[in-house]
Amino acid sequence: MDPIEMVEKQEMRVDLPPFKTGDTVRVHSRIREGDKERIQVFKGVVIRKRKGNTGATFTVRKVSYGVGVEKIFALHSPTIDKIEVVFKGKVRRSRLYYLRGLRGKAARLKERRT
Amino acid sequence: MNKGILGKKLGMTRIFRENGQSIPVSALEVGPCYIIQIKQSEKDGYNAIQIGFQPKKETRLNKPLNGHLRAAGKGGFTFLRELRVDDLEPFELGQEITSEIFDVGDRVTVRGVSKGRGFSGVVKRWGFSGGDTSHGCRSHRVPGSLGASATPSRVMKGKKLPGRMGNQRVTVKNLRVVDVIREKKLILVKGAVPGSKGGLVEVMRTG
Repeated sequence: MDPIEMVEKQEMRVDLPPFKTGDTVRVHSRIREGDKERIQVFKGVVIRKRKGNTGATFTVRKVSYGVGVEKIFALHSPTIDKIEVVFKGKVRRSRLYYLRGLRGKAARLKERRT
Repeated sequence: MNKGILGKKLGMTRIFRENGQSIPVSALEVGPCYIIQIKQSEKDGYNAIQIGFQPKKETRLNKPLNGHLRAAGKGGFTFLRELRVDDLEPFELGQEITSEIFDVGDRVTVRGVSKGRGFSGVVKRWGFSGGDTSHGCRSHRVPGSLGASATPSRVMKGKKLPGRMGNQRVTVKNLRVVDVIREKKLILVKGAVPGSKGGLVEVMRTG
């Protein structure tokens, strides 16, 4: 195997559940404050997934108190404690940037039957 | 104590620290190298070891070079480079040098030949800011005035002008060794390293 790929494979996480763009996820990330560690949960719709072995990232969007918030997570980062897939959304494109222009009922997604 | 080795740049990637910090690393395949010649100050004017890297068929080398390599008895090599050393005591002909000389946390100096960029203008080569792209400006990426007026009425020596860029020997000092993977002859070094993928690099331990 390509040695670089080998190094990357070791760094990559295999314990995370598979999810797609359009899914609603709860991302539990570990946050250090001084010498204390706590877990913060960020729940929202995955609007983008970027490929790349250790460089893979995904973007989660939610509307918090009427304000749209997006957070980009490094998929293989050790700070991610776990990811829960809450809802599987049925979407027809890979990047859901159109959700940024939608509010409330219009921003709902249909469920993906599997 | 041996400090240097030859290797090949494989490319870059990134790995994570425990706290989630992402580190950009260059992967270098180093060694095994063999000592081909030992240069002594009495005979050659200075102390150095000559090491060979990347085996090559002896039939592909010319006779003078084969004669030179015969003393070490380790076959032919694509690359031969010299490393200056202070003390010749621990070295002998044919001795193997591997990634063993590095440990995680060491600082290393890496030398290589940078990527050739051909004939480049002053914006790329020297970082000039260039002119406006619009608003009626007609000088976009040109160097501008060179020699002023009556004084000095010539171009100063060393004036930064367009020309060949890259394809030069470049040294990067004090890169941190992040990981050593012995069985794959691999070391991971934090940060960028000169040259293209597959390019020859000299890796020296600092201090």
